Amino acid sequence: MHKEDMPLIFEISSPGRIGYSLPEMDIEEIDLAELLPEGYLREEEAELPEVSELDIMRHYTALSKRNHGVDSGFYPLGSCTMKYNPKINENVARFNGFAHIHPLQDESSVQGALELMYDLQQHLIEITGMDEVTLQPAAGAHGEWTGLMMIRAFHEANGDTRRTKVIVPDSAHGTNPASATVAGFDTITVKSNEHGLVDLDDLRRVVGLDTAALMLTNPNTLGLFEENIVEMAEIVHGAGGKLYYDGANLNAVLSKARPGDMGFDVVHLNLHKTFTGPHGGGGPGSGPVGVKSDLIPFLPKPIVTKRGESYLFDYDRPQSIGRVKPFYGNFGINVRAYTYIRSMGPDGLKAVTENAVLNANYMMRRLAEYYDLPFDKHCKHEFVLSGKRQKKLGVRTLDIAKRLLDFGYHPPTIYFPLNVEECIMVEPTETESKETLDEFIDAMIQIAKEAEENPEIVQEAPHTTVIGRVDEATAARKPILRFQKV
Amino acid sequence: MKHRYLPLTENDKQSMLKTIGVESIDELFSDIPEKVRFSGEYNIKPAKSEPALMKELSRMAGKNADLKTYSSFLGAGVYDHYMPVIVDHVISRSEFYTAYTPYQPEISQGELQAIFEFQTMICELTGMEVANSSMYDGPTALAEAAMLSAGQTKRKKVLISATVHPEAKEVVKTYAKGQYIEVVEVPYKDGVTDLEALADLADSSVAAVIVQYPNFFGRIEPMVELQKIAHDQKSLFVVSSNPLALGALTPPGKFGADIVVGDAQPFGIPAAFGGPHCGYFAVTSKLMRKTPGRLVGQSKDDEGRRGFVLTLQAREQHIRRDKATSNICSNQALNALAASVAMTALGKNGVKEMAVANIQKAHYAKKAFKTHGFEIVFEGSSFNEFIVKMNRPVKAINEELLSKGIIGGYDLGRDYPELDHHMLIAVTEQRTKEDIDTFVQELGDCHA
Repeated sequence: MHKEDMPLIFEISSPGRIGYSLPEMDIEEIDLAELLPEGYLREEEAELPEVSELDIMRHYTALSKRNHGVDSGFYPLGSCTMKYNPKINENVARFNGFAHIHPLQDESSVQGALELMYDLQQHLIEITGMDEVTLQPAAGAHGEWTGLMMIRAFHEANGDTRRTKVIVPDSAHGTNPASATVAGFDTITVKSNEHGLVDLDDLRRVVGLDTAALMLTNPNTLGLFEENIVEMAEIVHGAGGKLYYDGANLNAVLSKARPGDMGFDVVHLNLHKTFTGPHGGGGPGSGPVGVKSDLIPFLPKPIVTKRGESYLFDYDRPQSIGRVKPFYGNFGINVRAYTYIRSMGPDGLKAVTENAVLNANYMMRRLAEYYDLPFDKHCKHEFVLSGKRQKKLGVRTLDIAKRLLDFGYHPPTIYFPLNVEECIMVEPTETESKETLDEFIDAMIQIAKEAEENPEIVQEAPHTTVIGRVDEATAARKPILRFQKV
Repeated sequence: MKHRYLPLTENDKQSMLKTIGVESIDELFSDIPEKVRFSGEYNIKPAKSEPALMKELSRMAGKNADLKTYSSFLGAGVYDHYMPVIVDHVISRSEFYTAYTPYQPEISQGELQAIFEFQTMICELTGMEVANSSMYDGPTALAEAAMLSAGQTKRKKVLISATVHPEAKEVVKTYAKGQYIEVVEVPYKDGVTDLEALADLADSSVAAVIVQYPNFFGRIEPMVELQKIAHDQKSLFVVSSNPLALGALTPPGKFGADIVVGDAQPFGIPAAFGGPHCGYFAVTSKLMRKTPGRLVGQSKDDEGRRGFVLTLQAREQHIRRDKATSNICSNQALNALAASVAMTALGKNGVKEMAVANIQKAHYAKKAFKTHGFEIVFEGSSFNEFIVKMNRPVKAINEELLSKGIIGGYDLGRDYPELDHHMLIAVTEQRTKEDIDTFVQELGDCHA
C-alpha cells in the first residue's frame, strides 16, 4: 500500500470485532447437521469484514469525502440532469407506510401506496400527453426496451412480422441501439444534417416496410429541438412505423411541448433526472413508460387501476408483453418523483423548464467566445461546445475536464454525442444560480487561456484531487475486480 | 413565480436575457413548431407547501399496513430482516446519493471503492470469482444470466425450474422473447426440481439450466445432481440465490455454478413495496468479459497511489451500442452501498449467525404448526420458508389476520393452481417466539 492510500474495509478488519446487534435467540436451537443435508452446511466462512460500528461510520464518511455529488458542488453533466435533490423527498420515501410495506400484501392493506401510484400515473399522463402509463421499468434503458417490446408486440399482433428495424439518429444515447438489440431488432442509423438535426432526406431513405420504430430524443443530445418533428412523424407513421420518445431530455420541454402532441406513440421518462429521484451514485432510477391508446393492451402487467374508491392491480391483460420487473417498479423512487411534482405544481414545472433553458443559453452565449460552438442557435436545456480549438494547442477535451476538477466542479459530459469533435456537453439545470454559472464560466475562460499560455497545467490536471489520473489501460488489461487477502 | 428550488431572480433573468440577446424567455422556445407547442399549464394538482405536503403524504402512507407495526410472515422474495441502523446514516450522506455514475474517477473514489468492496463481498458470499457493481433486481439479473448463457453457448433454449420465483420466471420469459430464446419449464417433485424430468429435457441444445437455491418454496435444491446434468450437456449452470442464506449454506460457486445472481434486499434494503432493491451478478472468471453492467477495477495513478475506475467498458452500451453485452446503463449503486454497509456491520460472524437464526426460527415455526395439527407440504431441509396447507382460501385467511395485526404468508394458488389453499410462510430472525406462537394460534383459529 502507498502511504496515501485509503484503506479498504477489509484492511481495517480485526478478528473478533463486531458491528451488529441481532435480535435475541429466544428459542431452543437444534444442531444444524440435523436440519441440513450433508455437504450443504457452509464450511469455509465468507471473508466479510470484522469491524466496530464506529469503524464503519468513519470508513464510509472518509469515502463520502472522496466523492462529489450535487450537494458538494456544480455538476453540469450533460444529458444527466443533475439538479438539486429535494430533502423532503428523502423524508417522505422513508415513511414507514412507504418504505416498509411488502409488495405481496393484500391490496386492502396498501391502498395508500396504490393511490400514490395511480395519481403519479395520472400526472405523468398529463405531462407526456399519452393515454396510459406503466411505472414498472426500473430505469431509462429498461423503459426503452419495454417500449420497444410493446412496439414489437403491436406489429406482431397486426400480423406485421417484417418490421425488424429500429432507426436511431447518430447523436442518440448508446442505450437506444443496445435496447433495440435486446428487444430483437436490428438498428439502422439516420444521419444528422449540418444543423445538428435529423436529416429528413436520409430518414426518408431509411424508412420502409421493415421499419418498426424511430427512436428520438427531443431536444436531441446536442440540446437542439428537432424542429421537423411533425414531418418526421408523418414520414415514420406513413411507412407504418411507430415513434419512440427517449425522455432523457424532458427537462427541456415541460409545459412547452408534450411528446404525445408531437406524434410520439411511446415515451419513457427518467424520473431520477427530470423528477429529482436522486442519481444515487449510478442508481436506482425509475423509467416509467407512457403509450398512446393503440399500445395500451401491450403494457407490462399489472397496472394500477381505480374502481369506485378502491385502487387495485389489473392482471387481466391477455396481450401484455408480460412482466419486465418483479412487482411494480422502483416504488421508492416513484414516491420521490411524486413528492417533487406535488411540490412544484403546474406553474412550478413550467418555471423549471424556462429557467433550465435560460441558464443553458446564458452559459452557451458567454462561452461561445472561448470555445467553438458547433451549432449557433438557441439551445434548450443543454448545449455542446467543441474543444477543437484547444486541441490544436495540444490540450484535449479530456484535459479540460480534468482541469475543471481543480476548481471543484464535476465536468460536463465529454466525447458525447459522437458526431461532435472533442465534444463538451453542458447541462446546468434550473436549480443553479446565476452566481454559480458565472463562477463556472470564469473557470472555463481561465482554462481556455491556460491552454494558450500554459498548456501543461491543463494537460497535467488534476492537481488538487485525492488521486491523479488513473491508469485505465492496465485496469482493463489485468483486471483486479475484488480484494484478495495476500 | 418563486420557489425554493429555483434561485433565478427577476433581475438575474433580465440580465441573462440581455447577454443572450433576446427580449423574453419565450423567444428561446421559438424553434418549437406552433403545431406542437403546448400553451398554458398542465392540468395537474396545484403545488403544496412543504408542511402541507408532508402532512398529506404522511396520511397517505398511514393508510398502508407497514412491517414496523404488523408482524409479518410474508416473504416470497422480499424479506423483513434486521437492518442495522447505521445503514441509513451512511446512505443518507449526500455525497453518495446526489452523485451519478463515477465517470470521473479522481472525484469519485468514494463511490468506486464502495462498489469494489461490494463486488468483493458478493464474491465471498457466492463463492464466485467476479461480481459486478449490481443490477436492477434479482429477476432482471436472472434474465440477463439467461441471455448471457445463450450468447456464450450459441444455443437458443434455457431450462428453468418450476421452483424459481414465479415473477422471476415471468421476467426471464419476457426477456427471452426479445432474444428469440425458448424457455422450457422443468417440473418440481416433492418441492424441488424433478431430476428425472430435467435429465429428460437436458440435451445439447440447452444454453442454461436455471435453478433457485434455496428455492421459491424455501427448499434446498440438490445442487450436486443439478450441476452434473447441466454440465454433462455443456450447458451453463445458473443459480439464483438469496445471499443471506449463503451465510450458512455451501455457496453455489462450490457446486460449480457458472453464474450466480440474486437480490441483496435482505441486507439493509427496505421492502419498499417491491423496489428499488439490488440485483447482484456473479460469474466465473471465464465469463468476466461477458458480464453485463458496470465493473469497478483497481489500478494506480501516476504517483503509484491506489485508485479505482470503471473498467472493461468495451462490453457496455455507451461504447458498443448495438453490439453491447446488455442495454443496462444505470445500476443500483445506492442500494449496493446499503447492502455493503449491512454486510460490513454483520461481518463474517453476523452473516452466519443471522442466516442460522433464520433456519432455526423457521424450523421452530414448522414444528409448532405440526404440533397444532397442520400439514407441512414438501417436508425437508429448508432455509426460512415452508408451506402449510390450509382448509380454505389463503386470501380470506390473510384478510382475517390483518385485523389481528398480522401479515400472513403468500398465497401459492396465485401461481401454482395445484397449490391452492397453500400458504408459503417466511420466518426471519425478526420474529420472536411470541410472534410465532401467536401466529400459529391465530391460524389455528382461522382454520377451525
